[in-house]
Amino acid sequence: MLDDLYQEVILDHCKSPRNFHQMADATRRVEGYNPLCGDKLALFVKMDGETVRDISFVGAGCAISTASASLMTETVKGKSRQEAVQMMERFHDLLTTEKPPAANLGKLAVFSGVREFPARVKCATLAWHTLKSALTGESEVVSTE
Amino acid sequence: MAVATGSGAGAPACPPALLPAFSPSSRENFPVLDQRVHGKPLVYLDNAATTQKPQMVLDAMNQFYQADNSNIHRGVHELSERSTRHYEEARVKVQHFLNAGDWREIVFVRGVTEGVNLVAYTYGRRHIGAGDEIVISAMEHHSNIVPWQILCEEKNAILRIAPINQRGELLLGEFEKLLGPRTKLVSIVHVSNALGTINPVAEITRIAHHHGVPVFIDGAQAVAHMKVDVQALDCDFYSLSGHKMFGPTGIGVLYGKADLLNKMPPYQGGGDMISSVTFAKTTYNELPYKFEAGTPNIAGTIGLGAAIDYINGIGLDRIQVYEHELLGYGTAQLERIPGLRLIGTAREKASVLSFVLEGVHPHDVGTILDREGVAVRTGHHCAQPVLEWFGVPATTRASLAFYNTRQDIDALVAGIGKVKEIFG
Repeated sequence: MLDDLYQEVILDHCKSPRNFHQMADATRRVEGYNPLCGDKLALFVKMDGETVRDISFVGAGCAISTASASLMTETVKGKSRQEAVQMMERFHDLLTTEKPPAANLGKLAVFSGVREFPARVKCATLAWHTLKSALTGESEVVSTE
Repeated sequence: MAVATGSGAGAPACPPALLPAFSPSSRENFPVLDQRVHGKPLVYLDNAATTQKPQMVLDAMNQFYQADNSNIHRGVHELSERSTRHYEEARVKVQHFLNAGDWREIVFVRGVTEGVNLVAYTYGRRHIGAGDEIVISAMEHHSNIVPWQILCEEKNAILRIAPINQRGELLLGEFEKLLGPRTKLVSIVHVSNALGTINPVAEITRIAHHHGVPVFIDGAQAVAHMKVDVQALDCDFYSLSGHKMFGPTGIGVLYGKADLLNKMPPYQGGGDMISSVTFAKTTYNELPYKFEAGTPNIAGTIGLGAAIDYINGIGLDRIQVYEHELLGYGTAQLERIPGLRLIGTAREKASVLSFVLEGVHPHDVGTILDREGVAVRTGHHCAQPVLEWFGVPATTRASLAFYNTRQDIDALVAGIGKVKEIFG
């Protein structure tokens, strides 16, 4: 069970998060916060029309939240706004429903084990909630509570 | 079990021959402890969040609902008289437990959070005005911060924060410097839930009184671990939560000196807190009923009384000596782990082992420990400011009760080994 949660890919992205830096010329900067565990991240998005041209993040969080943010940036970079939102919905379903995982989740499928750890679902979804806010122009600060 | 005498940390001197071997046997009094979690024996180390309840407490509450259930202070029938008697007997048990001078000084509330809010809402609103100051410490729980912030915002009063040192000890000299002619109240935690620091509350009270300032003490984390004597402390208010001392949730106590309580306006209006009501004028009831509007948590109060009986049956002196030794053992074991940093290393300390592990977030530590059957708390422990002061967003906290053993500490240490294995 623990091995399902802490898969190699997740531990790798936790220890060496990708796109982990600030972005001076971001078009959107949104903060995400999980009051339960104190996880905080700032997400930087550079939109080019409807395309996520570049995306990065900084912050401090647990392995699940850091790896999720890291893999999210890899996944949505270069995607359209609509594709990114669809990916978020598929990811959310993976964590919170009993549906079989969508076929086109790519690397995000490594988070399927999180479903068995209800207390950790918010860790995995924090970055995605923050992204949704960045893409839809909602509030500047997102909380999981 | 071999138990060494404690030294320092407030442990009373006790000859080794009298030291308890009570822990393993008294564990049997707690049904919830006898279970497996994720296939492993439960190791419950989250006692600062809430303690487990002995069978005696469960039985007392069950007995009330099965045999005596009725409302108090009103019916003339037998059941109501029984309920009232049990409810008021619990108040006298609390009085003796805290060595209060009078049972009228014992007000039942939901817990320390409500105790603080009651004092902020009544004493605070009456006596604290624009430009006045309230002094708290840097290690307070949110429940001893936010009610004062709300009051300060309403009254344009000022909240002053007494600083702490790297060990997590209050700087008494700095604390005293904050006291001045505008200081109207000191509100301080007895034992810090995030650090385990035991504050010198008698000394703090003496200093505050020297400046003519009354003192509120948050005793949530103290009462299950050490004897509290409110008359010896001379504090003006003391509050406790039943569920942190082997009693049920939703019941707690506010002790207040009678002359102060008498001068305070009521907290909530309703039944039982009045002597007479007309639409023209209502006369409030005597202490302590003035502060107990509505039907109270009768079963919870009776459960709290049973918890006090249970604690008295063991003896807080024995509990303190035993836990001090166990905390010493736990501290030594954790300090040997490379990359582990204890947060809160006060010389006077109780129950709490709060730590961070290099390269691993506490939330991950908590999840992995849970799979080993070890229940700990992770996060900011509702004390964000003090963790920020230590420069950490969260810690893993193991907190002890007298039913914990060295084997529990060993399971914690083994679990941390597992964490390190996974995170390499």
